[in-house]
This record gives sequence, structure tokens and C-alpha cells, in this order.
Amino acid sequence: MRQTACLEFILRLGDNALINAQRLSEWCGHAPFLEEDIAMANTALDLIGRARLLLSYAGEVEGEGRTEDDFAYYRDVRDWRNFLIMELPRGDFGFTIARQLLVDVYDYQLYQQLLHSTDQTLAGIAAKTIKECDYHLRRSRNWTIRLAAGTAESQVRIQAGLDEVWPYATEFFRFDAVDEEMQACGIAPGLTTAAQHWRSALNRILAQTGLHEPAQAHSPDGGRQGLHTEHMGYLLAEMQAVPRAYPGLQW
Amino acid sequence: MSNSRHLPLWEVFIRSKRGLNHKHVGSIHAVDGEQAMQYARDTYTRRSEGCSIWVVRSADIVASQFDEADSLFEPADDKVYRHPTFYAVPDDLKL
Repeated sequence: MRQTACLEFILRLGDNALINAQRLSEWCGHAPFLEEDIAMANTALDLIGRARLLLSYAGEVEGEGRTEDDFAYYRDVRDWRNFLIMELPRGDFGFTIARQLLVDVYDYQLYQQLLHSTDQTLAGIAAKTIKECDYHLRRSRNWTIRLAAGTAESQVRIQAGLDEVWPYATEFFRFDAVDEEMQACGIAPGLTTAAQHWRSALNRILAQTGLHEPAQAHSPDGGRQGLHTEHMGYLLAEMQAVPRAYPGLQW
Repeated sequence: MSNSRHLPLWEVFIRSKRGLNHKHVGSIHAVDGEQAMQYARDTYTRRSEGCSIWVVRSADIVASQFDEADSLFEPADDKVYRHPTFYAVPDDLKL
């Protein structure tokens, strides 16, 4: 039972990283200017690196010989555990920054707690990841502040982005049996603390920008149960097309 | 990419190893120093090229002008005695 919950938990972490990376990398060649293009692709690569560590480890924990590639390329929509916020289409730059802000604050708080995991591998991954989280958060916070203080249009767009992604953050903190067990056995200590810190950290940033906390219009749910939005199938189709067309291809 | 012309240009200097000098590696566009530092990091150090970054506004650099080259550099050309080339160097000294 412990092993099943642990596998589930690691897959969630890995899937979040990979699907967020896939959406971010869609900006490659489309960012507002060259420097930002490189920075976004760079962030996406950080997330892919994190996903690789986690999905490889998931394969180890599962013990059935599945590799990171098996998890990434040969699972269908219903098998993915990522939060819905990760798979939403990339939208405009304001939307992407708003999503990254919520996700980066969440990741920073979460991996801060995972540093203290009783699982040595997970603690090790967290130690490597937390430095990237720190940098990613610095980027999304700066951009949020810039857009909020920029032109009338940039202000409207970052607020619109926030309004749209905000409800999806409820998924971060809807704890289920897996979370309870991971927290209780110390593999994922402090999940509750991370939730509290997420809210206060985000409120501090919003207060700095004059952006307002959006209304909780609806409470999306289901990503971790494999109940994804209609966007997920298209995302996977693109991400998995090559390995599925040429299984086992090496180059 | 058309926005770039509205953003100031910055020159990037990277120190590749402790003890070495910062070396000019290229330039980037950014709104301010903080953003310039981030873009410099993302553009020039992602393959562990450095341990320290300087960014400086290109507009703040005072550069020698091409048409001053004659007066600045040519006088040095015919003063061979400024080079220590008249010393006898022992054969086994590696230079």
C-alpha cells in the first residue's frame, strides 16, 4: 500500500513538471523577444530535467522495468496525474506568466518541504530542484510586477490571466488519501504548511502589484484522477507523436 | 521580436573561473539591470560557462573612435625599445 501511494505521489510530481514543460516549450520561437524566448525555453528544460529524475524514480519504485520514456510517451490521457492548470493552452504572455506565478510559488513551497523527506532520493531531487524553483519564481514574480506596472494593456492581460488560472489552484490543496499517507509517513512532510505558505506568499506578491485576488468562480478538479480537460489529448498527441510513430527509435 | 528595439542594450561579461578576468561574451536587450542579469544568465551561462556575471549598459561604455586610431595607436608602432626584446634569454627558459 505504501509503495502504491509513493508511486502515485512521485508520478504526480513528475507529470506536473513534464506537462508544464511541454506548454512552456510551445513558446520556443514565439516569445515576445529573443532573450525571453531563450529564458522560457531554458525554464522548460529545467522542468524536463526534473520530470526525468522523477519519472525514472517512479520506474524504480514501481519495479516493473518501466523507464522515464515509457511513462512520458506511452501513457494515455487517463493515466496522467498532473494538475489541470498545467495542461491549459498556453494563451497569451499574460496568461503564461500568471500560470507560472501560481505554479512557481507552489513548487517553491512544496520542494522546500520535500527537502526534509524521509525518502533519500526524493530529498535529493528536492535539493537539486529547489535552486531552479527559486530562479523560476524570481522570473515569474518579476514579470508579474512588470506587467502589472506596465501599460494599461499589460495590466489588463496579467489580471485576465490571473482570473482565468486562479480557480485551478484549488487543486493544489485538495488533499486525498495519497497525500495523507505521504505526509503521515514523512515522505512528503509539511504538505499542509506548503498550502498555507502558498497563499501568504502569493498575497504578498499581489499586494506589491495592485492586482486583485480573483474570484473563485469554479473549483476544477480531477487532474490527479486522470480526468483531464479536453486540451490534454491534443497536448499528448503532439508530445508523444514521434516515439509512437517510431517506437524504440534511437538516434 | 520587434520590441527589442525599444529595450536598452547591455554588454555581458562572464568570469569563467575564479581568478580569471571577466571577459566580454556578447550583448542582450533588457529593461533594467535585474532583467539584464537574468537574461545574461539564461543566454550565456546555461552550459556552466561561468561563476560570475557583469552586465553594463552599452550606452555607458566610452569607446575609442575609428578615426582616432591613428593618433591613439600608431605612435606605439615605431618604439621597439618599449618591448623587452634586447635581453639575452637563457636557452632553457620556457616562455
